[in-house]
Amino acid sequence: MSYIPHTENDRREMLADIGVKRIEDLYQVIPEETRFPNLNLPEGMSEIEVIDELQMLAEANMETKHFPCFLGAGAYNHFIPSVVGHILQRSEFYTAYTPYQPEISQGTLQTIFEYQSLICQLTGMEASNASHYDGATALAEAVILATRQHRGRRKKIVLSAAIHPQYREVVRTYFQGLDLEIIGDKSLEDTEALLAMVDENTAMVGVQYPDFLGRIKNFAKLGEVAHAAGALFCMVVNPLALAILKPPSEFGADIVVAEGQPLGIPLSYGGPYLGVFATKKKYVRMMSGRLVGETLDSRGQRGYVLALTPREQHIRRERASSNICTNQGLMVLAAAVYLSVLGKQGLQEVARLNYQKAHYAAKAIDGLEGYKLWSTMPFFNEFAVACPRPVTEINKKLIDYGILGGFDLGQDYPDLKDHMLIAVTELNTKEKIDDLVSVLGEVAHD
Amino acid sequence: MTEPLIFELSSPGRKGVELPECDVPETPLPKDLIRDDLLLPELSEVDVVRHFTRLSQLNYGIDISAYPLGSCTMKYNPKVNEDAARLPGFAYTHPLQGPEEAQGNLLLMFELQEWLKEIGGFAGVSLQPAAGAHGELAGIMMIHAYHHDRKDDRRIKILIPDSAHGTNPASTAMGGFQSVEIPSDDRGNIDLEALRRECDGTVAGLMLTNPNTLGLFDEHVREIIELVHGCGGLMYGDGANMNALLGVVRPGDLGFDILHYNLHKTFSTPHGGGGPGSGPVGVSERLKDFLPGPIVEAVDEGDENRPPKFDLIFPRKSIGRVKAFHGHFGVMVKAYTYLRMIGKDGLRAVADHAVLNANYLRVRIRDAYRVPYDRICMHEFVAEGAWEDAPGIRALDVAKRLMDYGYHPPTNYFPLIVHEALMIEPTETESKESLDAFADAMIKIAGEAHTDPDVLHGAPHITAFGRMDEVRAAKQLVLRYVPKEKNQI
Amino acid sequence: MSFPEDLKYTENDEWVRVEGNKGTAGISDYAQEHLSDVVYVEIMPGEGDSFSKGDPVATIESVKAAADVYAPISGKIISVNEGLADNPELINTDPYGEAWMIRFEIADPSEFDGLMDVAAYKKVCEERDRS
Repeated sequence: MSYIPHTENDRREMLADIGVKRIEDLYQVIPEETRFPNLNLPEGMSEIEVIDELQMLAEANMETKHFPCFLGAGAYNHFIPSVVGHILQRSEFYTAYTPYQPEISQGTLQTIFEYQSLICQLTGMEASNASHYDGATALAEAVILATRQHRGRRKKIVLSAAIHPQYREVVRTYFQGLDLEIIGDKSLEDTEALLAMVDENTAMVGVQYPDFLGRIKNFAKLGEVAHAAGALFCMVVNPLALAILKPPSEFGADIVVAEGQPLGIPLSYGGPYLGVFATKKKYVRMMSGRLVGETLDSRGQRGYVLALTPREQHIRRERASSNICTNQGLMVLAAAVYLSVLGKQGLQEVARLNYQKAHYAAKAIDGLEGYKLWSTMPFFNEFAVACPRPVTEINKKLIDYGILGGFDLGQDYPDLKDHMLIAVTELNTKEKIDDLVSVLGEVAHD
Repeated sequence: MTEPLIFELSSPGRKGVELPECDVPETPLPKDLIRDDLLLPELSEVDVVRHFTRLSQLNYGIDISAYPLGSCTMKYNPKVNEDAARLPGFAYTHPLQGPEEAQGNLLLMFELQEWLKEIGGFAGVSLQPAAGAHGELAGIMMIHAYHHDRKDDRRIKILIPDSAHGTNPASTAMGGFQSVEIPSDDRGNIDLEALRRECDGTVAGLMLTNPNTLGLFDEHVREIIELVHGCGGLMYGDGANMNALLGVVRPGDLGFDILHYNLHKTFSTPHGGGGPGSGPVGVSERLKDFLPGPIVEAVDEGDENRPPKFDLIFPRKSIGRVKAFHGHFGVMVKAYTYLRMIGKDGLRAVADHAVLNANYLRVRIRDAYRVPYDRICMHEFVAEGAWEDAPGIRALDVAKRLMDYGYHPPTNYFPLIVHEALMIEPTETESKESLDAFADAMIKIAGEAHTDPDVLHGAPHITAFGRMDEVRAAKQLVLRYVPKEKNQI
Repeated sequence: MSFPEDLKYTENDEWVRVEGNKGTAGISDYAQEHLSDVVYVEIMPGEGDSFSKGDPVATIESVKAAADVYAPISGKIISVNEGLADNPELINTDPYGEAWMIRFEIADPSEFDGLMDVAAYKKVCEERDRS
């Protein structure tokens, strides 16, 4: 096998030095009856054959390079400048481990520091960690932070139903069997209903901005109410939308979490993505995950190190703030390169293109017979539409036309049966949007 | 040698990407929600490329030289893995597109599940967890769900050997259990007497890393498992060190109920400077229904004329979702590619050469460094980086000095049960020449420790950066760049 | 390393100074030396709070370790050392003086029996260093 460099001669010499005859002799400690199972696995293949097979598998999928995509719901088909992929393929980055040895890991450390800084700029927060697994687990970590902040005394978490359904599922998975009540998301009520649920026993209030249905709401009041009750206020955001929308800091957010996938990370069938996690500075010691801080080296040069590591599992063990021991290193790099190369102007332009194209599409679809725009509020790049027939049926027809349709909201919101969530990004040209509209019109009825 | 921050390279008005004009009629933005204070850097494309290329040159990766970091399995990452994950058919598929439109992805995930089952000897596998620690958390939740389902709620303890990685007790605490530490005996095994004393009706399970962090396969693994099962507990296996066991022994056959795999260690997917990892969990028959979802199933076996059909489903009593969507698919593609390349025989060869390399290195350096548990090891071993006749020299000094010889140091100060530990895992992808060169450097440093201790204290000397002032970092706590002109807090 | 004679100690390296019905507590020189450079201190209870023996009263972090400080005996807080938050290094430089952590009214003098005198504490430290 080409990944093992040993020759027969090497093996012989090494075994002799160790003082055993055969490699098998190194396994005496393993219970004999279980040693060397005959595995039912395929034989190895050459690189040519493997790539052929993978190509075939890949081609069995419908992919957004060739088919216009109007599906979002937490993962978006955005333009990724070539630069991002090229930097990511620098093997000094991708074949490095966690930067525990700062003298030979400044590339990774400074990149994380820049990422932390970029995220703070975008969200208006004062501290960002080096990332969590994804948006959903970042929200679960926010809940952990909030309950720890209240030393476990507050037993209630209020989550808006307009937070991504899978994120709420993950929070429930993390806290199953533990003494914590998660409320507020039984039905899609407006902010007023959430206000009424916040009380002295509430550890955290969570909302999404723009919400899962694409809507942009002003959460200033809710932030105030949460704080008045002594609860933390957490906002799940779309980081791209923050290029043009007021940052969560303006609504008093204590914790901001996000799915960072829109920042230069390919769809890749759902992962790996990037869990953005930022807070006010006063919560920084409660925050789990890696953090990079600035310092000086022995020669007086500015450098970076992993900071506040005593919070982490390898020192605190069962008293750690979380069990987390990785971050999404490469995805952090992707986001840092993406934000740097787009820069202030570029990011604002991309966000505006999303907003404009989504509004153009929404108006056109709203004008079709049988379809109606559901939300009356402003939205970013995604909107819900009432459809004349089940969404799965419409999506099947769209596939026949080579279009990837929107998300069926009825799966998660019974009140929104026959409603489709449609995402439009800078990659959807006017022509493709017009195609979608015309096909939607055609397939409204059998 | 320092590289300015990206913000310091910014020049107002510069841009790195040209975007198309807006081709649709415009709608005004909601006035009360527009922001006007976005402070992102402004650079040209070439500025950005040079900045990050220069940063990359301040890093050390496997592609540069050996990376003998214990318990991290820093093996070579085949390049074809990277190409595979970037095939447009994988990289540009949306997680919520219908199963009909993603059969290629689902088949790949299904096969990977099946292979991992076979390799570990398990009845079920879920690819959902995002990293090893995440797999552990899923495992702890399954232990909780299993006992709860049997209305056996008095089980509140998880037993953890003192050689365990810190994630084990941390995951235990997150799952609401108490962790109870079990000491090791003088051969590096779990102390059976101590274990016996803790085995009672309150034990939910035991988390065992085997081979353990000393690189030793527990000599009493069978007795341990019998004791834990005997008192009604479940056996959790930390698969961080699975590289030594491929094709050699299946944890499931030994009686483990749960095991997490680290695709980024054992199955050659890159570590990426700290992630993304991937931590699938395998389970025995009685835990299959509790796996985190979704998992891939063949919903239609197919026949000669029809291909099989795959879909994502949730096991019957699933603990639920541990992350959004379906796990780190891109990482799965890389692991699939690796397994497909090496196949059944290659798998066994991986373990054989990982174990051969570790033992070879152990005997090469054991005259220069004390190896406290000096018996045949598996994929790694632990040496002491301190000598009675070299006062003031610590493992950290040895580690830093190794950088001057062009190496990434081994893991130091872990496991906690060895004084001044240096934990060395060469992996199977290092040649004999590479191991010899590393051993020579280690031996030279042991000599310097006695003859020229100052050269160790001051190390590293030839790297772009010297030792960092960690006290300063912790006290000042500068965690982001703050523009000088806008003095925000 | 300094072991003042007039103090009582715990197995967890806290010291207590008793003056009438009032007590003062902090962590020992031995503890600070093992923690190395202390970079952060957080004292949890505030003035007027009651606590029981063994309750966590403070968290200390150095660059390489974290430690919780537990109440050596039960009591009620008179004052906490607010200055430590800004100057955590006092724990390294003056553990028995400037780096006191809490002053409190002693709830139950019988709890003194559970504390060690300096000779006993010294012995505990020596044993730990040997193992």
